[in-house]
Amino acid sequence: MELLSGADMLIRSLQDEGIEYIYGYPGGAALHIYDALFRQDKVKHILVRHEQAAVHMADGYARATGKPGTVLVTSGPGATNTITGIATAFMDSIPMVVLCGQVASTLIGEDAFQETDMMGVSRPVVKHNLSVRHPEEIPEVIRKAYYIAATGRPGPVVVDIPKDMTTPNERYEYSYPKKVKLRSYNPAVRGHAGQIKKAVDMLMAAKRPMIYAGGGVILGKASSQLTELTKTLGFPITNTLMGIGCYPATDKQHLGWLGMHGTYEANMAMHHSDLILCVGARFDDRVTNATEKFCPGARIIHIDIDPASISKTIDADVPIVGPVDAVLKEMLSLVKESKDKPDADALAAWWKQIEEWRAFHGMRYETSPDVIKPQEVVEMLWKLTNGDAFVTSDVGQHQMFAAQYYKFDKPNRWINSGGLGTMGFGLPAAMGIKLTHPDDEVLCFTGEGSIQMNIQELSTCKQYNLPVKIINLNNQALGMVKQWQDMNYESRHAESYMESLPDFIKLAEAYGHVGVRIERKEDLEPKLKEVLAMKDKLVFVDIYVDRFEHVYPMQVARGSMKDMWLSKTERV
Amino acid sequence: MRRIISVLLENEPGALSRVVGLFSQRNYNIETLTVAPTEDETLSRLTVTTTGSDKVIEQITKQLNKLIEVVKLVDLTEGSHIERELMLVKLKATGSQRAEIKRTVDIFRGQIVDVTSSVYTVQLAGDSEKLDGFIQAVGTSGILEVVRTGVSGIARGEKVLSL
Ligand SMILES: Cc1ncc(C[n+]2csc(CCOP(=O)(O)OP(=O)(O)O)c2C)c(N)n1
Ligand SMILES: [Mg+2]
Repeated sequence: MELLSGADMLIRSLQDEGIEYIYGYPGGAALHIYDALFRQDKVKHILVRHEQAAVHMADGYARATGKPGTVLVTSGPGATNTITGIATAFMDSIPMVVLCGQVASTLIGEDAFQETDMMGVSRPVVKHNLSVRHPEEIPEVIRKAYYIAATGRPGPVVVDIPKDMTTPNERYEYSYPKKVKLRSYNPAVRGHAGQIKKAVDMLMAAKRPMIYAGGGVILGKASSQLTELTKTLGFPITNTLMGIGCYPATDKQHLGWLGMHGTYEANMAMHHSDLILCVGARFDDRVTNATEKFCPGARIIHIDIDPASISKTIDADVPIVGPVDAVLKEMLSLVKESKDKPDADALAAWWKQIEEWRAFHGMRYETSPDVIKPQEVVEMLWKLTNGDAFVTSDVGQHQMFAAQYYKFDKPNRWINSGGLGTMGFGLPAAMGIKLTHPDDEVLCFTGEGSIQMNIQELSTCKQYNLPVKIINLNNQALGMVKQWQDMNYESRHAESYMESLPDFIKLAEAYGHVGVRIERKEDLEPKLKEVLAMKDKLVFVDIYVDRFEHVYPMQVARGSMKDMWLSKTERV
Repeated sequence: MRRIISVLLENEPGALSRVVGLFSQRNYNIETLTVAPTEDETLSRLTVTTTGSDKVIEQITKQLNKLIEVVKLVDLTEGSHIERELMLVKLKATGSQRAEIKRTVDIFRGQIVDVTSSVYTVQLAGDSEKLDGFIQAVGTSGILEVVRTGVSGIARGEKVLSL
């Protein structure tokens, strides 16, 4: 057997785990590890400009590929800088492993230089965290970390590595475990057959059914099973913001996404349904609106890998704990075998009603002869990229417009911080995707507020040649905050106005990239075409859009799903 | 409703803080908490008493089960069970009080485990209600110090919580 130092074991473990890229930033407590990285060339390290961005990069990579991302940082400030990124991944159940240096075990507890209790600090925002107590444990700890991060309901795992665990001259026998067994961790591998049968009987008897799918379908790689089941049943389907792409948005059975800024037809259909089949979603408050008014006539079937997601906010009539792909597959074969068929007359009447809702509103916005509307920018880019780009987003109005007007027909293409709503997510996430998808178009929709939260990463983009397209929907305001102030605080715009914006064109150029400003409506299409033609350049596109636009529909606070503002003046 | 949840936990550093952290993060009550290793030194047994609606209790057990280091758990209050708590009480005991306290201790089947000319230290075991009852009976004015272990519990009959 080979003898390796703790640092070399760590890097070898990453190689044996099949890790291609790690994103990170060095510092004292991690220097033995960085030295081990230097002496090999299998695992490639991407040097970011702020540790938060390293985590979002790993996150973007994980969301686009379905594989866990990896981060390496030093102790103290390096570790604490990752927290927002870890919390972002935790809220959206994204698999990743964050390796943190720590002061030597002999110094822990003495307030040593750059010591923070990363186990304690990260505990509420990780799926699990592990600390290395002996160098020999490193291969097993790493295997466990990836196993926990990627299985069951995925999530971030932090590994705390005291510096003396990676000392160069102390060598130990290295072997990478093929398997891990944890007696206290056994995610479900299939759903309960009796419950699945019961659910299928209910589906067949439903008069006004709705399928409500979430991010769990994407994480559980179950889009094809969901699509086939939906087609076979002929039911209407909606999905959450996190579930975008789990079912083709351009298909006629798809009603768009639901919730606070969901479509009129999706929210209406949910409210009036008599049966909801929830697949890998969690009845979050941005979906349900007031829980006591939620879908009064609906019985609920809830499929989820995490039992704690079931009946947490909305009680399920038929809970099914299991991996969504396996459960949907079993459902589909029962549906196909069944002598019963969905009630065709009831379904026809239901579709007729839904089409009326769709015709009443659908997605619409008012265009203007001279001002560029943010929605039309998104629509145009959707067309110009044939609906096939990877699209990341920051947080705010631009995020909602991007999600509403870019129609995603494939999973893993819409990448946003849905659960935590982290401004600053978009650019680093786009970088993580571009790195491993160099031939794909990667767009980052952002606002002049959000982009400045991780703008320093333009420098990383230069270093590694990451030609993403940054689409800054510049409304010269923290637009989403301003919208709430317009609606709830009589337009008192407390601190939501961004004065003294930088010249983003010069800024992009200073970092060695291209900047394009679009102010006039007639320039929009030709300039966007030019931008997309610059395949090998990062282009920062600063687009001056209508400063007064609001996102609609918008659910009325504390109402039911069907209570919505459809524009500044229409309320239903 | 009051519940007694018994948990088998990996005997690892940090495992206890995850359990305690979970209760505060998710706004659940902890009334008492006891923890100690079991006959299998890789496992700790933790008992927590809490209150909440059925929905909250269901979430508590599910969220506890989600913690990687939780091996198994049971809500003892779902079946018949035995619950015990140990209490040590220091009481002012002078003059006629001494006989009075002695009588009360006997009624509650406690023991006087330490004596000075002015103080009795009483040991008492039982369910929490019995311990509350004793405190009421002797009256708070005579009490110098109270220490209670919190509840431990075990199911009646054949049922066991083990691997
Ligand atoms: C880190 C962080 N801080 C604060 C917020 C609250 N917030 C939500 S949207 C928003 C405004 C975003 O402004 P901008 O990026 O310009 O997007 P716009 O809404 O104008 O499209 C703010 C401040 C947040 N989501 N994240
Ligand atoms: Mg803005």
